[in-house]
Amino acid sequence: MPAALQTRALAKRYGTIEALRGVELEVGEGELVGLLGPNGAGKSTLVKIAVGLVHPTGGDATVCGAPAGSAAARASLGYLAELFRFPGWYSADEVLLLHQRLAGSNGGEAERTELLRLVGLLDARGRKVDAMSKGMQQRLGIAQALVGSPRILLLDEPTSALDPAGRRTVRRLLEELRARGVAVLLNSHLLSEVELVCDRVVIITGGSVVAAGTPAELSRARGVEIETAAGLREFPDATRDDAPHLVAELVAAGERIYEVRVRRTSLEETYLHAVGEDAT
Amino acid sequence: MFAIVLVLTAVFLGLYALGTDRAFQEVAEFEQDPTFQAVDERTLAGATLLGLAMFGTLFLGAVLAVFLTHAVVRGDAERGLLQPLVVRPLGRTTLLGARFLAAAVVCGLYAAGLFAATAGITYWTGSWWPDRFWLPAAELAAAAVVVCMLSLLGSVFLSATANGIAVFMLVGAGIVGGLLGQIGAALDSETLVDVAEKASWALPFEALYQDALHAISSESFGLTGELLQLGPFGGAQSAGGALWPWVVGYLAAAGALAAFVFGRKDL
Ligand SMILES: Nc1ncnc2c1ncn2[C@@H]1O[C@H](COP(=O)(O)OP(=O)(O)OP(=O)(O)O)[C@@H](O)[C@H]1O
Ligand SMILES: [Mg+2]
Repeated sequence: MPAALQTRALAKRYGTIEALRGVELEVGEGELVGLLGPNGAGKSTLVKIAVGLVHPTGGDATVCGAPAGSAAARASLGYLAELFRFPGWYSADEVLLLHQRLAGSNGGEAERTELLRLVGLLDARGRKVDAMSKGMQQRLGIAQALVGSPRILLLDEPTSALDPAGRRTVRRLLEELRARGVAVLLNSHLLSEVELVCDRVVIITGGSVVAAGTPAELSRARGVEIETAAGLREFPDATRDDAPHLVAELVAAGERIYEVRVRRTSLEETYLHAVGEDAT
Repeated sequence: MFAIVLVLTAVFLGLYALGTDRAFQEVAEFEQDPTFQAVDERTLAGATLLGLAMFGTLFLGAVLAVFLTHAVVRGDAERGLLQPLVVRPLGRTTLLGARFLAAAVVCGLYAAGLFAATAGITYWTGSWWPDRFWLPAAELAAAAVVVCMLSLLGSVFLSATANGIAVFMLVGAGIVGGLLGQIGAALDSETLVDVAEKASWALPFEALYQDALHAISSESFGLTGELLQLGPFGGAQSAGGALWPWVVGYLAAAGALAAFVFGRKDL
């Protein structure tokens, strides 16, 4: 089965600005990948190429095996843009109905109800977009992206306007989607969010991938600390796997152990290091 | 915005009814006077008034056309309205075609309807009916459709406000071109007439409008016909049989260009 999204040497140049310089990225079937990077890193550009809004100047991208931008590729994806708006005179239900028609979904009323429930908008079903708060519009945008059961979802900062409860709703939603086998590429600046839900994290800066791996791999071990009666003992090169054997050695040497800590760099530290902002 | 078009239309029709009523009352007094026998005052007044109304129709049709299409591509893309639609499977060309068809139908019917309403008012107040009805109605409708297409094409390149202004400037340029041609004809200046003719083909809503003006009084001869040729706004020139094929080709070429550029655009 082809990857949900695959890019090879993907490059995009806007005039003199190189937004992407040869990005290799793969989002497997049903995989949830977080895309991190500073402002202007090229995250949105990458997603826009995948959904066919922007044409690459080099390399290529495929969505479920079809070239990005082709009708087949567009038929298998759901997209939430970074900046989007729906016509103000449409109600939430009408927006979803329009997108059901455009996506060729035959889910009918049941699908719309289910999606509005998933994003917590069931009570505002008949409310006009103009009368919705920014966060409500973003929830509606997420529901819109899910219309027609896409195989891959591309979400460009889907929680930027959401309250904490809304963010948790989206996290749960993403977990549910993963359970259903939907692949997700999530652009976000919220490291904690990405760390909590993503299978894999890709960090890009200046249009190039600078780090990639699971959240656990990226929050690397930074040694083991053991509190003994004689004081704090540090083992900076040790990993979690070394802990039992270190403790056994100390006990054998007659030390009394009070606490064992495996220290990790946070994803935040790894991120700041990867994008070269850790000088301070 | 729709309300503005409705209000403008209502105000326009009201003023037109009032104006024609007054004008025909005066014509009725004129008709008693034997010194004006050479001129058919009723035809002159009717054609002049309806010509004026046709100018209004062209203008209001252009307002509606610009309102419906000025932001179809860049304007909507900048507001984020376009992106969720474009990523759906239907495709950019279909989307553009659908937006054009919808606007063209609305504007065409509006322009033809407004022409019919003003012709009806002219008949009702002055018992004068244009020589031809369906041709000018179709031509005014087509003129509005041409403005739709120009505005749609412009929207691929310009953001909403800039495009709206640009299209109105084009409409103004077309009308000024018609006036120049009229002045040229009066002054016997071939260059001026030539320039005006080229302009009216480059902006065929003007050629359609002139042909429509010509059609409402096509059967008036003699001095009345001559006076009408001078027309109130823009020369009433017959464009000949090439007009319709030219308009169809023009629309097709502009549409193809819009679709081509839109298809390659980064949004
Ligand atoms: N339409 C455009 N024309 C010219 N340059 C552009 C355009 N869109 C993006 N860029 C440039 O491309 C680079 C990448 O932009 P992009 O929007 O992909 O960044 P991003 O990672 O999504 O940033 P943010 O976190 O702020 O959303 C930036 O330098 C930006 O200035
Ligand atoms: Mg972005």
